[in-house]
Amino acid sequence: MRRALLLPARLWIALFFAAPLAIICAYSLLTRGDYGGVETPWTLESFARLADPLYLAILWRSLWISTLATALCALLGFPLALFIARAGRHKNLYLQLVLLPFWTSFLVRTYAWIFILRDTGLINTVLSSLGLIAKPLPLLYNDGAVLIGLVYNFLPFFVLPMFATLERLDPSLMEAAADLGARPLSTLRRVILPLSAPGFVAGAVLVFIPCLGAYLTPDLLGGGKSVMVGNLIQNQFTTARDWPFGSAASLILMLASAVLLAAVMRSRTARELI
Amino acid sequence: MDTVLELRALVKNFPGHRAVDNVSLSLSRGGFYSLLGPSGCGKTTTLRMIGGFETPDSGQVLLAGNVVNNLKPWQRNVSTVFQNYALFPHLTALANVEFGLRERGDADRREQALRALDLVELSAKRDRLPAQLSGGEKQRVALARSLVLAPQLLLLDEPLAALDPKLRKQMRAELKAVQRRTGITFLFVTHDQEEALSLSDKLAVMNAGRIEQFDTPETVYLRPATAFVAGFLGAINWFGSTGVRPESTRITRQKPSDVPCRRGAIESALFMGNCVHVNTALDTGGRAVAEVPRDQHDFKEGEPVWISWAPSDELNFEVAS
Repeated sequence: MRRALLLPARLWIALFFAAPLAIICAYSLLTRGDYGGVETPWTLESFARLADPLYLAILWRSLWISTLATALCALLGFPLALFIARAGRHKNLYLQLVLLPFWTSFLVRTYAWIFILRDTGLINTVLSSLGLIAKPLPLLYNDGAVLIGLVYNFLPFFVLPMFATLERLDPSLMEAAADLGARPLSTLRRVILPLSAPGFVAGAVLVFIPCLGAYLTPDLLGGGKSVMVGNLIQNQFTTARDWPFGSAASLILMLASAVLLAAVMRSRTARELI
Repeated sequence: MDTVLELRALVKNFPGHRAVDNVSLSLSRGGFYSLLGPSGCGKTTTLRMIGGFETPDSGQVLLAGNVVNNLKPWQRNVSTVFQNYALFPHLTALANVEFGLRERGDADRREQALRALDLVELSAKRDRLPAQLSGGEKQRVALARSLVLAPQLLLLDEPLAALDPKLRKQMRAELKAVQRRTGITFLFVTHDQEEALSLSDKLAVMNAGRIEQFDTPETVYLRPATAFVAGFLGAINWFGSTGVRPESTRITRQKPSDVPCRRGAIESALFMGNCVHVNTALDTGGRAVAEVPRDQHDFKEGEPVWISWAPSDELNFEVAS
């Protein structure tokens, strides 16, 4: 009976997780076909090519941009989550506002940033009409634009777990701190921040991992100049028609994410969280 | 004796009801005081206004003669022991006690904190986190954390309510001992009349946002000012508008002479260990309980008896409840 009830879950995992992963593993060990696809012989060449400094630089750059995006999400998301957690009866309204962007397509939201950031976009038009700048600021098609896009898209993934952590904090702890002579900033630093560690861990994981694999945002806002691992993989399966190399890069990305996640889960705060 | 706390006509409204209604109170330095009342009577709200967590709608809170209505909690030299202790879960017992001293910037905070933990006999567990402490131990850390700051006034919000009955009695005695040793004025909020009677130098009985009586435990128990106070501090038998405590109520088979009495019948008897509580139904309607010494109880259920009392034990009020 128990086995029968577990069957759908097992089938789901086999069909949508294990099988694709096996295919990717197999592809990464094969040779590329002339028009895409894969051929024999089996080889480790794709993995060897990943060690090329060019690709290592892309991997490094992805890690760096994802780290920056995660840090910015934490910097913006923590005060926002704190504000919402203390908003009283308007709490639900603010939470809905945080989730509002999800009502529109990811693609539309990212395109909207092009209209804001481009040379003839909102920011440059306003600044030049005020006479503050002579020629447009280069806001689009660089790392900064990619960072803005990533932070914008993934901020809710930080705010929600942080909010959940902050809302569970016993208000009498804050009162006790004030009672013992702590001003609000001191209470924030000595009580609220240390007790928000589980929220920081959960939020950072939820932002960092999708950032690492992002390809649409760097593609649209980075203008092809700002290549991340996600773009590299996408290119291999489309224009470059090198499926084995794309598969190898995917596996390395997965491995990097898994190692980071495992490190976080082993840390003290995460153990307390679980 | 100088006055450490004075409340002048304090009023606090919450949406839909008046939580504190014109409360005035004056506490002398070094005493153990209690605010006693049923839940929802406004005692915790009064305490929170003294601590600075609620702002009075009108009236004044004076600490050592200064109006502190507009001072924030961290600007007031009072400290609170919270009902759930509110210990910082990420800090050890010692770091919890040091918390306020660090805010104040005391250089010898470690020594002070260790002395305070010593006072509550918890030095051995100074490196434990709150989650590794029992209820009674958490209670002591919370007490030490407040006492170490040597506040003018220590507020305690039902600090014993979360403990099991045996531990509660033990902590009660320790609380009193600590208050006497430190000489800090304690204001203790409770709904437990036994706690308030046994601990306090003076206690204020609150009902529906008002203080009904503020006096010594003996006076409040023996000479309650209102029917509510009489009923809240121990059981009471009502004979019309006259109240008589069960321990002053007698049961006899013969009609007693020269004392007020009523006819009734034995309903049941509850063995309490040190005495027997005999419940009777009065022929005029209503019930009365008499506390009878164990060796004098030989009444049968349904047996007709006389219920009587000495006029000197009567508690008379203008309006009986």
